[in-house]
Amino acid sequence: MQAEEDTLENEEYEAELEIKNAEGLHMRPAMQFVDIANRFDSEINVSNGETNVDGKSIMNISMLAATCGTKLRIKAKGPDARQAIDALRELVEEKHFDEPTPKK
Amino acid sequence: MKFRDFVCFEATITDLQANGRDDVITQLVSSLDKAGKLEEGKCREITKEVIKRENEASTGLGKGVAVPHIKHKAVKSVIASIGQSSTGIDFFALDKQPVYSVILLISPADDPDEHLQAMESIFKHLQQERFRKFLRQCRSAKQVEELLTEADEDPSL
Repeated sequence: MQAEEDTLENEEYEAELEIKNAEGLHMRPAMQFVDIANRFDSEINVSNGETNVDGKSIMNISMLAATCGTKLRIKAKGPDARQAIDALRELVEEKHFDEPTPKK
Repeated sequence: MKFRDFVCFEATITDLQANGRDDVITQLVSSLDKAGKLEEGKCREITKEVIKRENEASTGLGKGVAVPHIKHKAVKSVIASIGQSSTGIDFFALDKQPVYSVILLISPADDPDEHLQAMESIFKHLQQERFRKFLRQCRSAKQVEELLTEADEDPSL
């Protein structure tokens, strides 16, 4: 039992997610991101290549200045790491925060 | 982007005597208007839009700070004014605590990247406890200017 728990706790996933909405990761999308991240027990880390921040903190996410086209590296560590990455991928890349993508 | 480069110190109010959130927003927008930073005649429209945006979701992100903001064509580049209240304002903040430092930000309508860079600059400092504490202690626009200049030079502040 203990061993199984340990395996679960150590689950770690990561993904590179591209910001697709034209306005980028401004405050409203940042809040959506943090809302989703906080639904999970896993630790969530977000990096834009220069800055590495806590994916559950709205102030942290607001300082990434992730413009449209920016690729963010998301790392999740914990019992629900995989679900967390899947949910964030859906929000960022599929739903692009329910906002328009750039006009072609 | 440096913090002090887009703050209008002339429009800084370090002794806000305000009757609630909307009054704070009204004073800070009008202060920018008086400093000549907004297109003429747009002050009321901007005030209304900032309040409308704030009603959709509070920009009081906790820890005593709020960053009300909109994008508007009345500005050509990002401009901010800072307000301080010693008694605290109810900004319907996420942590339900009063807000002591308000940074009002108006960004151009057609440059989302510039808006994001200004936000980055603001939150890089606001998330530091020391910076928030020093900001709250500022009693004049000059002190705010000195703090921001120092903070721009020293990322740990």
